[in-house]
Amino acid sequence: MTALVGLLVVVPMLAAAVGFVAGERQWVRDILTVGSLAGATAIAGILLAHVESEGTVVLRVGDWDPELGIVLVVDLMAALVLLVAMATILVVQLFAIGQRRTAWGADPQLSGPLLLVLTSGVVLAFLTGDLFTLFVAFELILVSSYVLLTHQGRRGQIRSGMTYVAMNLFASTLFLVGLAIVYASTGTVNLALLAERIPELDDPLRWGIGLWFLVVFGTKAAIFPLFSWLPDSYPTAPTTITAVFAGLLTKVGVYVLIRFHVLTGMDDLGPLILTLAGLTMVIGVAGALAQDDVKRILSFHIISQIGYMLMGLGLFTLAGIAGAIVFLVHHIPVKTVLFLVGGLIEEREGTSALDKIGGLAQRQPLLAVLFALPALSLAGIPPFSGFVAKLALVDAGIEKVVVPIVVIALANSVLTLVSMVKIWTGVFWGSGDDESATPIRILRPGHRLMVGATAVALIASLAIAASFGPLWDLGERAAADLLDSRAYIEAVVS
Amino acid sequence: MSVTLALVVGGLTSVGVYLITSRSLTRLLLGFALLGHAAVLALLAAGGEAGERPISGDAPVAELSDPLPQAFALTAIVISFGLTLFLLALARRQAQLTGDDLVEDDLEDRRIALETEAEGDDA
Repeated sequence: MTALVGLLVVVPMLAAAVGFVAGERQWVRDILTVGSLAGATAIAGILLAHVESEGTVVLRVGDWDPELGIVLVVDLMAALVLLVAMATILVVQLFAIGQRRTAWGADPQLSGPLLLVLTSGVVLAFLTGDLFTLFVAFELILVSSYVLLTHQGRRGQIRSGMTYVAMNLFASTLFLVGLAIVYASTGTVNLALLAERIPELDDPLRWGIGLWFLVVFGTKAAIFPLFSWLPDSYPTAPTTITAVFAGLLTKVGVYVLIRFHVLTGMDDLGPLILTLAGLTMVIGVAGALAQDDVKRILSFHIISQIGYMLMGLGLFTLAGIAGAIVFLVHHIPVKTVLFLVGGLIEEREGTSALDKIGGLAQRQPLLAVLFALPALSLAGIPPFSGFVAKLALVDAGIEKVVVPIVVIALANSVLTLVSMVKIWTGVFWGSGDDESATPIRILRPGHRLMVGATAVALIASLAIAASFGPLWDLGERAAADLLDSRAYIEAVVS
Repeated sequence: MSVTLALVVGGLTSVGVYLITSRSLTRLLLGFALLGHAAVLALLAAGGEAGERPISGDAPVAELSDPLPQAFALTAIVISFGLTLFLLALARRQAQLTGDDLVEDDLEDRRIALETEAEGDDA
């Protein structure tokens, strides 16, 4: 099993290297990207099944002592999120292959291999057992995302790319200094050892470390007030890139936030995190209501949804953290589908501005369905996955009697629905001016692949809703493992 | 020793932060270079007092400096080197597009803010 864990990181990286030098031979790149992503998804599936029955898998790279070397740890939470993430990237890559020949697509020579580098970074961030490797994983993700965001060199991309790069670079620098603080005070950066040593530190130092990493990971996760780079930069990138970023990047931030703060027992930060969660929800949805472009509305919704996951973390209870993990699993495919549909709209209409589109429901009924289902899920309407995930979080909030955050979470759902309705009326209803007279374009094979990929991701998110019972059990077990750090420590150290 | 290091880290950080608040990309770049140095020095300081060469095996273990933060620092230097190049490329592209290297306003935000202001005036 440990060999498979290593492969997960190495294979996308090697495939990316070959992809970069493949030059004009596009088929080589297609086989490499789809093949390695499909392989990674399969391995993630095997690992989840294995971890579920046998317990945590630990790979000590180079067989070094955990205090000195790199360890990769696949526990239940990692395996669960990993599987969803890999499947999502695979779907997006299929969409990208379909989109290749159009003006809105990313440059395939670069985007395919870079997506693989990003994948490898995401895997490393999920699995790593020490903070410094986490830093390297973040840099892998960020460097490939910088290039993916700006490689077309359009004016808007360069402008928003600047903000994105500057914000994230600053957070990375803070991360390094944070590492110095942690190392100086505990003598290790290994998460398992930190889980033992940080709770024993003096209160001021412990608070300092907790707050410091809340800022570092919070910038990556785009929580209030560190989100300003996100709604600005995401809409300017090509669709497939935005879809991956929207589905995964901020979620990596949330994931490490949950992992680090729960493992090191930062319960004291709970009220602060809950406050930030409420503000993140409100500000995100308020921003979305003010926008009138599909991609920008969706970008602001990423922020407001981050608030829900943060809420689960802030509760620091079993139900809360299980809720956050399950919400993470629900959110990745839903958000990706919405952005892919946004891309299809842009492809079809040449723009994603609400006031320039209309009447798509008549001309593209399939597209309307593809948008409506995940949109309702995002707003939390039963029977979709968003409903059950939000119900779990609200339930956890009521259990701990934190009334304000529960009220905000519920009100926020309604506002989310309002802004989804805004997209719906803007894009799918109405006459579409005189354009409805133009005949529907015949679907090109590439277009069929794009719609197919979107549909597959949608079905996956419906499947999450349908199998919520078992998923909740997994989430609860994963949360229990995190809260009781002894299991993690024992698996890594002994 | 470590007071000097702390002062240098503080000085580099304050100058760096001042520079990255600038709109000019060249200044931003210099700011990040200085911040990167500050972070690397902080890592070195985290390793405790300097001692004999580690790993080579010509001094007793108790007298060695801690090699782990040095490894961290090296990795961080390599990464920040690459990122500096990327920022330079961005600044050059910006200069190609607009003739200078200043970060522009977000037009979409401006437009929505203006629309809201106009609506406010009507009411």
